[in-house]
Amino acid sequence: MLVSILRQGDFLIASVHTALDDTELAAFQRDVVAQIGEHRSRGVIIDVAALDVLDSYGSHALRNLAHIARLRGALTVLVGIQPDVAFAIVQLGMEIDVLTALDLEEGVALLEQLTAGNRRGRSTVGMLGDTP
Amino acid sequence: MTTNVSEPMAPAEPEEVEAHAKLLPELVSHLREHRTELREEWSTRIAGAHLLSSMTPQEIGSETSSVYDNYVEVLETGSVQALQRYARDLSERIIPRGVETHEVVGIVLLLRDVLARSLFKKYQQDFPLLNRVLDAYEPAANRIANTVAVSFVDERERVIRQQQDAIRELSTPVLQVRERLLILPIIGVLDNQRASQLTEQLLHGIRTHRAKVVVIDITGVADVDEPVANHLVKTVDASRLMGASVIITGLSSEIAQTLVMIGVDLNKMNTIGDLQGGLEEAERLLGFKVSKMEET
Repeated sequence: MLVSILRQGDFLIASVHTALDDTELAAFQRDVVAQIGEHRSRGVIIDVAALDVLDSYGSHALRNLAHIARLRGALTVLVGIQPDVAFAIVQLGMEIDVLTALDLEEGVALLEQLTAGNRRGRSTVGMLGDTP
Repeated sequence: MTTNVSEPMAPAEPEEVEAHAKLLPELVSHLREHRTELREEWSTRIAGAHLLSSMTPQEIGSETSSVYDNYVEVLETGSVQALQRYARDLSERIIPRGVETHEVVGIVLLLRDVLARSLFKKYQQDFPLLNRVLDAYEPAANRIANTVAVSFVDERERVIRQQQDAIRELSTPVLQVRERLLILPIIGVLDNQRASQLTEQLLHGIRTHRAKVVVIDITGVADVDEPVANHLVKTVDASRLMGASVIITGLSSEIAQTLVMIGVDLNKMNTIGDLQGGLEEAERLLGFKVSKMEET
């Protein structure tokens, strides 16, 4: 198991356990996007804490994944980037314009804050008899 | 007699080695015999050359007699190991007193000259013999001077390295001032090496303190060059990737100009005039509210 995708309420949590090659990354991308539709998720958290290297293709793929997920209606947060990985990413000039957070806990907090009032359990459409 | 220890100092031809083997003991016994007067002559010349001015005459006296004995011993045994140890030990003692390299090299060369002069005096009647004596004496003496100088410089470099390490450790503190708020005061020259050390400390600090906001205060940095400015921008980016936002405070006008020159994206850089403003902004971001206690 290279990646586990778990559902946690409105969010999907995808943990990457080892470095992925190109085909595995593509499969991962497909899986996540499919599950967003399946579970009607509002947010995706990608945990890369186990990775101590991330090449340009990998970071590009993660960025694409975030953009695709956005189009499917889910916000993506990248969490657990290691210090060395973080600096390597900027050193190589790779643009990762994705939401990021320190770890899983922070990622969940960030998503909850950003999607507040937009949750599936709570209708945003006012109904007759609702007290405002 | 050991001219042929691990590294023979005499030339390799057998007959010469043999000749040196006979000459050196004679030489050594001559130097032992005239120890007192040669040492005094040496001390006078040290004083005359104004060397070791930071040491008292008593200290110079005791050091010169040890150096003299070591010197003669090396001539006798051909092994510089003991001298190396002694030179290192001596350097350790005198470096903190501010003794300079030229002084150490100077006194050893003076001793070499004093001894050579006395050999001249002793053998001046017999020129071929004097020649052979000098053939035996000079390589050994040069090697001694070399050993002492190298040991001294090595010791100095070791001290410098040690101090550099100490400075490096102290130079980039990462301090937690509130829950999830770190502050990095930077004072002095921010060069490439220190900048990369700063990045490393900061990124690991974010991880260990679970920081959300970091204030980097560069009031104490007068100017940075373009690579370092670029590095700073990258550090801010990398921190963002780790989920922390960075506030830079106290930019001097020179640094601000450099940042504009390299075309920094101002949306990415959160800069505030002074440290107080930076801390207030950080507290606002974290939802802290600091209020003064009412006097009772």
